[in-house]
This record gives sequence, structure tokens and C-alpha cells, in this order.
Amino acid sequence: MREIESYTMNFGPQHPAAHGVLRLVLELDGEVIHRADPHVGLLHRGTEKLAETKPYNQSIGYMDRLDYVSMMCNEHGYVLAIEKLLGVQVPERAQYIRVMFDEITRILNHLMWIGAHGLDIGAMTLFLYAFREREDLMDCYEAVSGARLHATYYRPGGVYRDLPDFMPKQMASKFRSQKEVDKLNEKREGSLLDFIEDFTERFPACVDTYETLLTDNRIWKQRTVNIGVVSPERAIELGFTGPMLRGSGIEWDLRKKQPYEVYDRMDFDIPVGVHGDCYDRYLVRVEEMRQSNRIVKQCVDWLRKNEGPVMVGDTKIAPPKRPDMKGDMESLIHHFKLFTEGYCVPAGEVYSAIEHPKGEFGCYLISDGANKPFRVKIRAPGFSHLAAMNEMVQGHMLADVVAVIGTQDIVFGEIDR
Amino acid sequence: MSQLDALTAPNSMADAITEWFGDKVAVLQVGRGDHTLVVGADDWVEVATALRDEPAFKFDALIDVCGVDYMGYGKDEWKGNTATRSGFNRGVSRNDATHDDADGPRFAAVIHLLSYSFNTRLRVRLYAPDDDAPRVPSSYPIWNAADWFEREAFDMFGILFDGHPDLRRLLTDYGFVGHPFRKDFPISGYTEVRYDPEQGRVIYQPVSIAPRTLVPRVIRDDNRYDTNLTQDGSNENDHA
Repeated sequence: MREIESYTMNFGPQHPAAHGVLRLVLELDGEVIHRADPHVGLLHRGTEKLAETKPYNQSIGYMDRLDYVSMMCNEHGYVLAIEKLLGVQVPERAQYIRVMFDEITRILNHLMWIGAHGLDIGAMTLFLYAFREREDLMDCYEAVSGARLHATYYRPGGVYRDLPDFMPKQMASKFRSQKEVDKLNEKREGSLLDFIEDFTERFPACVDTYETLLTDNRIWKQRTVNIGVVSPERAIELGFTGPMLRGSGIEWDLRKKQPYEVYDRMDFDIPVGVHGDCYDRYLVRVEEMRQSNRIVKQCVDWLRKNEGPVMVGDTKIAPPKRPDMKGDMESLIHHFKLFTEGYCVPAGEVYSAIEHPKGEFGCYLISDGANKPFRVKIRAPGFSHLAAMNEMVQGHMLADVVAVIGTQDIVFGEIDR
Repeated sequence: MSQLDALTAPNSMADAITEWFGDKVAVLQVGRGDHTLVVGADDWVEVATALRDEPAFKFDALIDVCGVDYMGYGKDEWKGNTATRSGFNRGVSRNDATHDDADGPRFAAVIHLLSYSFNTRLRVRLYAPDDDAPRVPSSYPIWNAADWFEREAFDMFGILFDGHPDLRRLLTDYGFVGHPFRKDFPISGYTEVRYDPEQGRVIYQPVSIAPRTLVPRVIRDDNRYDTNLTQDGSNENDHA
């Protein structure tokens, strides 16, 4: 009988552990992987080309939909690039709000990651716990922007509006009695800042819970230790950024090294891994959640004490006040012109990068002086991580592919763009 | 401002680059805290190796490769002159960008480098000399991170990267024709896909939606950036 040497297998695009629409063509020898060829682009929407056909301020909503589990960080990268071209200085309060929501977003993203990664390799409970906390954070999104996911909250020149004095509340329904709803609303009686502060106080205990479930868990360690090892030199060569790079032991975080907004005033640490395997990257991300929590706390304290504008005064960029629009024709015209035609941005090119929860999220803008960008390039962190998939899984078993996809924290919205 | 301090590379880097490469470097531009190096396509491999290995630069990471189509740069896209009296006219005619619009080469690959040792960034622009068959040398042998970025630029713009080991399409559909991010490719595309119940399979057909634009007006020459107006302050008074 002729012996079968190797065979090819399709992983995805409908596999639940493919985190969306990854089609992975695997060449296997038994259960050992010889070659992995990711086929991407099933979620390609041409965001960059769409942004070239619209005024600058109309594309912010597209950015939310790139990495759809860390929405505001994407907006931040894009908005920073526009501000750099315009030469706009954002008010201090808006900078603190942005930093606070960037860190809330980082926690949101890492909670999603820990839940999905756990679920993929056999830890079901964690998913439910992680989503319990995500729910609270998405309520913060809702309170501030009206949307739970795609916020469009950051605008060139600041943020859409100041933090609200109240939280949206749950309502009784045939599925939830008044008593249950009252219990849920207990923490939502005060302002948004009260709610966030309460969250920062209980969140470290939640992270402890996740760690008791995973960190010393025998099964978890068997699935992650020494899987997908990347040496520090190789991580740099492959263009890794964020927790993927820090997991390999490179101490590099744009929040510290090239601080933007008010990160230079924040007190936090950068966790770094040692072995560069899936387990170390897990530890790095868990510690990042704790550090983010610290930053959120510092922002809450500052925002309580300091009032101020959250948008620049330049009315070429900032929309008119809502109450003015109700009685003033010029304000109404101003609003219409601003949102349909936008504003001209001086010709030139900029690259601005932020420390996105997944790595370096960059936005490269070329302007030819019109009110629409000439070229927008989004540098998505997951893109170069997934490009290294072949190298990371070679020689591993089939089941380890799932662990590696999980550890790369893949989201197709940003990879396919 | 801390943001700019961090992004502004020390001038010593600019000096070192001009000193090291001499006439090979066509232009080193500095603007908005970014350094841009324009390198001839033929010299790129040599320059890139030096940028990575020389102790004065040490650009150990390639962050991004971006294809750019400069067709129609700075030109108006729509003729809107007749529309001022009656409001905006949906029937404006489109100025289709043509090849001749570009003054310089049409295609370029823009590479962003990062030095972890010096905490500096550098942007490199490689113009493809031939507009009809744009070719630039691949950066893959020097920085492996260029792999997918170059595949994407090839897919979207049709820029060929000499020396790339596996230059396949990346994001578009299997069997896709054309390069969608080129400026002469319509935003609605040429083909659409639907399920055909008669044939019982998914079919491709010419796109049925009419190309339209929601934001047709392109504004240029904004008075705010006119130095003649801003110097004497008349601009501020207009908007007071």
C-alpha cells in the first residue's frame, strides 16, 4: 500500500476558532504542520479607498469598524494624524478623556481576547466572566457616545462631548423583574466618573479570578507553555509590535517611548515576557489589564478635579454648539457646511502611531490640500502578526494552531481593512 | 509638546544620513517632525542594508510598506463651477484622472522604518520609474516583515517587488482582475457577486449600481492657509 506522505487541510473560514474569516491552508504530516498559508481578505471592504472619497471627518466611523473590539483606539490613531497635519493642539481635558477611554478600550480588548483564547483551548468559564466585565465597560461607551461599540467619539480637535453626569439605566421587562433591575442600577446612580471609579475598584479582584482559573492551571499550561515561541531578534525582524513583541522580552511601548496625549504624566509599568511563548504573552496581557486599570484610575482623579473645554475653539474644525443651532441660522449653516464639506487640510504627509491594544496602530496620511485625504494607509498591528503565522506554527501539532491564533489576538476587521 | 519631541528625530540622524549616502540620497525632506528619504530604486538594496546594519542608524524594524498612486495629485476631481447659483448640481461631470496628470512618476512604495535602539523613525519613498509596469526592489531580504505589506501593495496597486519570494495577491478575491486602489479604478468596482437560483451557484456579473458620489465637492485653496491673508489679519476679521 502506498504511504500518504502529507496532505492539505482547510482550516476555516467558518471555523469558530478562526476568529472571524481566516482561511488557513495547512499542509500536514500526520498531525504535524509543515506549512500554513493564511488566505485573508474575506472581510476586505476597502476602508482606505472609501476614506479617500470622503471629507476627513466623515471617515472616523470607518475606523471603529477596523478592529471592532478596540474601537476608540482606532479612531485615536486616525484623529491624531489629522491633528498633526492641521497642527491642532487638543485641550488638556480632552487628552485625559482620550487616555482614559484608550485604556478602557485596552481592557475591553484584552477581556475579549482572554475570553476567546480561553474558549478556544478549553476554558469555558472565563468567557462568561470576561463578558460580565465587558458589559460594564460598554455601558461607559454608551454613556459617553450613545453607542455601545462603534462610538465615533474622538474627533479631530478633541472629543465629541464632555463626560455625562448620569449613566444610562436598565429597565424592567418581562425577562427582568424590577428587583433585579434595581440591583443592576445600584452602581449607575451617580455620574459616569463614579461608575468608572467603582469599576476600577472591583476590577483587580476580577483579574485575580481569571488568574486563579488559568495561571497555574495544568491544562492551560500544557496548551500554552513552549507553544509558538518567537525569539526577540526574530520578533523584531517580523515586525511584531505590542504584547507580541513584549512577550518576547523587548521592552517597547509607544506610551512610554514616544508618549502621545498625556501618557507621560501617567504612572504605569510595562510588563515584559521572557520565553516568547503563548504563556508569556498571556501573562503580559493580563498584567496590562492591571496597568490599564491604574491609568484609568489616575485619569478619573484628574478629570474630577479639572474642568475645561473638550474641543478646540477653532470653528473651522469644531462644530457649533447644539443650543446655538436651535436659534441661530449662521450656526445651522456652519454645522451643515462643516459636516458635508469638511475642512481643507494643508498639503503634506504624516505618520502617527499609537499603542493600540494589539500593537502599533499607525495611520499614514497624504494630503494634497483638499478636504479629502489623497491617501490613507492604516498600519494594522495584526497584519504583520498573522504574516508570521507560518513560522510560528511550523513543527507544531494541529491543535496548537488554535492556541497560536488565540495568542496573536487576531481580528479580521483590521487585517483585511 | 511631548508628542512632537518624541517624534522628532535628532538632527544628528539627518546629518548622518546625508553624510553616509552622499549623492545616492536624492532628497532628505524634514517636515512636521518626520524625516523622509527619497531613494532611487536601483540603490535601494544597498541603502537599506546600510540603514539596518550601520551602528549610526540601526533601523532594525520595518513597520509598514504602503503603495501610493500619485495620479491626479493636487488636481480637482469634479467640475463644480456651474453649480454655485442653483446649489449643487448632481449632474456635474467628472474629471477622469489620466496618466498625464502626474508630474513625476505615478507609483511609489513608501516604507516606514523604526529604530528600537535610537527611538527614531524614518520614511523612505521609492518611486517606480516606469508608470506602465511599476517595479521597485523588494525589502523582504533585508526586513522579513515586508512580506505581506509588499503582497498587499502588489495586490492593490500592481507594484512589482523584485526579489520578493512569493508575490501573490493577498486581499482580493480569487481570480480578481485589476488593482483596486489605483486612482483610475472606480470605487464601485467592475464586477459584483450574487447567488443565481437558476444555476444554483454564485455568479459574477458586471456591477449594476451606478457610480455616484455623495460628497462631490472638492475644496482647495482654503483661505486660512493663504499667507497673504493671514499676515494682515483680514482673514480673522472675515470670520468674526
